[in-house]
Amino acid sequence: MKATARIVGTLVALAALTGASPRPVAPAYVYSMGGKFDRSFSQALYEGAEAFKRQTGIPYVDFEISNETQFEQVYRRFVSRGRDPIIGVGFSQTDAVKRIAKKFPNTRFTLIDGNIDLPNVMSVEFREEEGSFLVGVLAAMASKTGKIGFIGGMDIPLIRRFACGYAQGMKYADSKAVLIQNMAGTTPDAWTNPARGGEIAQQQFDRGVDVVYAAAGSTGSGALQAAADRGKLAIGVDSNQNYMHPGTMLTSMVKRVDLVGAKAAMDAKNGGWKPGHAVLGLKDGGVDWAYDQYNKALITPAMKAKVDQAKADIISGKLKVHDYQSDGRCGV
Amino acid sequence: MNQSLPRWVDIGLIPLANVLLAFCAAGLIVLAIGADPFAAVKFMLAGALGNSEAIGYTLYYATNYIFTGLAVAVAFHAGLFNIGGEGQATLGGLGAGLAVLALDHTGSALVIVPTAILAAAIFGAAWAAIPAYLQAYRGSHIVITTIMFNFLASALMVYLMVNVLMAPGAVAPESRDFADTAALPLISDWLNALGFHVMESPLNLSLVFALVACALVWFLVWHTPWGYELRLMGFNATAALYAGANPRRIILLAMMLSGALAGFVGVNEILGVHHRLLLDFALGYGFGGIAVALMGRNHPVGIVFAGLLFGVLQQGGTELTFEMPQVTREMVVAIQGLVILFSGALALMSRPWFEWSYWFVGRKLAVRKAASA
Amino acid sequence: MAAVASDPALELIGIEKSFGPVHANRDVTMAIPKGRIVGVIGENGAGKSTIMKIVYGLHRPDAGEIRVDGLVVTHESPRDAIANGIGMVHQHFMLVESFTVLENIILGAEQGALLKPSLVAARAELLRLAREYGLQVDPDARVGDLPVGDQQRVEILKALYRGARILILDEPTAVLTPQETDQLFRILGALKDKGATILLITHKLREVMAATDLVYVMRAGQVVAERATIATNREELAELMVGRKVRLKLDKAPAQPGAAVLYAEHVGLTGAGGVALLKDISLTLRAGEIVGVAGVSGNGQTELLEVLSGIRAPSSGNIAFGGASITAGHPVDAGKMRALGLSHVPEDRHRYAMCTAFNAAETSVLGRHRDAPFAASGVLDYPAMREHCAALMERYDVRPRRPEQRAVRFSGGNQQKLVIARETAVPPKVLLVGQPTRGVDIGAIEFIHRQLIALRDAGCAILVVSVELDEVMALSDRILVICAGRIVGEVPAAEADEKTLGLMMANIGQGDAA
Repeated sequence: MKATARIVGTLVALAALTGASPRPVAPAYVYSMGGKFDRSFSQALYEGAEAFKRQTGIPYVDFEISNETQFEQVYRRFVSRGRDPIIGVGFSQTDAVKRIAKKFPNTRFTLIDGNIDLPNVMSVEFREEEGSFLVGVLAAMASKTGKIGFIGGMDIPLIRRFACGYAQGMKYADSKAVLIQNMAGTTPDAWTNPARGGEIAQQQFDRGVDVVYAAAGSTGSGALQAAADRGKLAIGVDSNQNYMHPGTMLTSMVKRVDLVGAKAAMDAKNGGWKPGHAVLGLKDGGVDWAYDQYNKALITPAMKAKVDQAKADIISGKLKVHDYQSDGRCGV
Repeated sequence: MNQSLPRWVDIGLIPLANVLLAFCAAGLIVLAIGADPFAAVKFMLAGALGNSEAIGYTLYYATNYIFTGLAVAVAFHAGLFNIGGEGQATLGGLGAGLAVLALDHTGSALVIVPTAILAAAIFGAAWAAIPAYLQAYRGSHIVITTIMFNFLASALMVYLMVNVLMAPGAVAPESRDFADTAALPLISDWLNALGFHVMESPLNLSLVFALVACALVWFLVWHTPWGYELRLMGFNATAALYAGANPRRIILLAMMLSGALAGFVGVNEILGVHHRLLLDFALGYGFGGIAVALMGRNHPVGIVFAGLLFGVLQQGGTELTFEMPQVTREMVVAIQGLVILFSGALALMSRPWFEWSYWFVGRKLAVRKAASA
Repeated sequence: MAAVASDPALELIGIEKSFGPVHANRDVTMAIPKGRIVGVIGENGAGKSTIMKIVYGLHRPDAGEIRVDGLVVTHESPRDAIANGIGMVHQHFMLVESFTVLENIILGAEQGALLKPSLVAARAELLRLAREYGLQVDPDARVGDLPVGDQQRVEILKALYRGARILILDEPTAVLTPQETDQLFRILGALKDKGATILLITHKLREVMAATDLVYVMRAGQVVAERATIATNREELAELMVGRKVRLKLDKAPAQPGAAVLYAEHVGLTGAGGVALLKDISLTLRAGEIVGVAGVSGNGQTELLEVLSGIRAPSSGNIAFGGASITAGHPVDAGKMRALGLSHVPEDRHRYAMCTAFNAAETSVLGRHRDAPFAASGVLDYPAMREHCAALMERYDVRPRRPEQRAVRFSGGNQQKLVIARETAVPPKVLLVGQPTRGVDIGAIEFIHRQLIALRDAGCAILVVSVELDEVMALSDRILVICAGRIVGEVPAAEADEKTLGLMMANIGQGDAA
């Protein structure tokens, strides 16, 4: 995978590159059910779209669905308006993109968090387990009680992948630490219910947890708030959420949906758009842990050394993080 | 004042006026956010009815609402408030999906499709039968139990999809795709085969099936002794006892029928559109059905029209957010809510005006007649 | 206008009121003399309630004027009426059962935000009123614990406390025993002596004759007659009310009782919370005999009919009828009882025998809706129902003869005739009848009574439950008296008189065994 240079270099390239474009670029962005202000991956896509607009001055259009059958309709509508490329985020769009892409081979699609093998689709997935591993290391080291928490949205394989990576990182740092996991619900409401997130976090704190990692869309913001209220630590997800509660935000597991979203449009503009499938991990800068002015004070030199070591070992291949979705097992 | 009005006023003019009032109120909201309300109405109507694809989507949404509307209505005729349509629809889809997954290797659509439809009915009915039993024999309030069963249904579905039915190697909790023989025919395919050119939409044979269900419900409720007891039970449960009906059995049967009807949403979604099992395909239809039934006055004909209106609102609403980015999806929900409010909860608000006008006009005509005579 | 002895306390002049197309009051003119008891009588729907609601400010007249003590007044709401010295005692009491008498009396007439001063002032005033009018009630008793007669006194006190000089009583005796009725009339007499003006709305001619000085008769929204009570009689008033001659006396031949067809033995029923609703009831119904059950409303009559008709299973004892046996363990449903030949005209027809959504044709097959010819092939046969309904309407003179009309839109008497017609369409072996003439016009009462006698003479065993003592005495061959869920006595109709029955109904001299 040569994506490292591609992704990390994107921001530099954005300003520099102005190539001849084979056709006009009119990007469209389709968010997932949580909506564009979910403070999570849809919002990251939105930020990517804004970044593209800032850099190029080219306007974009976007859409928030209100039920999942609308995906196909929305794609169809964007295609019929000549939108190209169309960039979506969330695995639930997979089927709609697959169908529409087959029907309209001249339009280019980029799907984030899905895997589609078609000549006009670029699909991008992330190694969330690697990023989660790193924040698991930090959580275990920051915990005084030896109990850390995980809050997922729905109990689906993608979320288990987050949880499994997190658990492995915890064990890596502290083999005796305990992980308490909860899911927010069984309906899509589980991704959009901050009150529920806060409630679960409170319950986990009551059981002795002092660091909580929320991978539950905007439901997670309730957990982050609860941690701030109780003086416990929290870990954000997808976007860098450190700024939300400085002092109690240990870190965030960032997934660079924004970069991918901006790059897809930029590549199309520059004629560099290519179909295919990419899985972006630590190595490619697709996932990472967030370290900035908001959480500097919370990260001790020992923690930083340990997490950097783990990161280097994962990139070098010395340390393998097991992907839950490869075999449906976690093994921790 | 409860004056009788001619039927065409009561079931035609008043609902129409209520919808218009709702649109006026919604128009004020659109105006408040600085958009043009007339353009919004235009986009909404054109988006829902403007071309064959739009109409296809509208009718496809309407199909679901007709099923859940009928489900609510049947229970309501027995005096039961079934708000578990969501869960029953989910289970109906599960039943249909399981039947297909078990049978689609046999290859004969004539076996697979009817079995899947039957399975949807049985699963939906069974899911409704548990709250019904608890109501009839244990006195647990059906409103509470059915709503709880919605959560149970989605929990069950998540468990089954993630742990049992998920296709190996898939990212999303979805089953493998069905064989093509298990798909309900698309209406657009049929029409195109007949030489009409229409654009593709998810509208499938389920619509025809929904209309057949309307006719069956109409017959059952108004033309059989069982329907007689059902209605008697709904209006006056003590009179049902007096008439020798068995209220427990009526509760059980009415809820099972209701659950089966809701389960057919699963047929439309799973067999008609998605062609695989997935999560949350029934989202919102169960609750929408309550409003549809209320608005359609629990009569199949009314439910068809109310279902159409809801289809228009849903499809038109999507198109509206598309055309006017400042109208967000939340705004569309608000507009839909206003329509429901005006034609459901406030349905009687405009009635006195009509009563007065009808009486007034009638008197004027009588006076004129007398004068000319 | 007929000349009256004193100045009118209340005058109604040319009052008109329409509800849409329904002309409820036409040119109603009345002059109610001060310090008199004036009866307003009429059948259901004659407009007497409407006119009183207009006086009390619950409705506004379309035309005409109201004068109190010679001054024109406008009553926008009961508040205005009360301010003008008008008080009303409704048929259904407007009392808060969990409040004390005193609290109920000041409710809505509190002075200031604090309760205490109002209560102190009210107590003194209440004691004065009680002394002056002989209205003795314990001010600290909880209203829910008081007998019905006392609750009515609280209502009267409430009106007096608010300064009422003109008191309107709407069907005040419907819920009272004969003794309580007598007491009420004594109180009204005392009020009259102190100068109060009383309007008595009723359909009971006997009471009008006993208590009033002047009578207005209303029919179809109009005042059709005004009579000094002393110068009229029941027959004339009945004729004025109905608009034709009415026979008030029921002629019937002596009963020819045959074989026993229904037995109840030691039947008991326990309600929610362990309350004994029926206690050890034993009775026998014989062919060709009418058995009356007399009692004050709410003493177990409803439950007795429910148990006998198979709607409700008894808690103990058994009922034997036509080879079926109902016990606590083996309840039989109402459909089975009907199939065996037991028909039931329930005391509350709206609760049991009708359905607001059904038209007359559908109502006319209720209970037989699964039988041929109405559902011969498993499909409802609406033409057969209409035909059946039309035949019943013809035989029982139900008006209007419109099987398509919704049953609730018929008048009370016509509804009742339809129900009786339905229940006797297939001649029953046993007929249970609760309140045969509740809410039924005088003209229809006569008809219904004669139908019941005819059925008896045809060999049907009939049980009549009624709170109208006159009716029980007129119809029955034997009278059972029910009190607190127990049969407290049996009297042959020929030997029954109002006084003895009244004492038994109140269970005086028997002691409370419960």
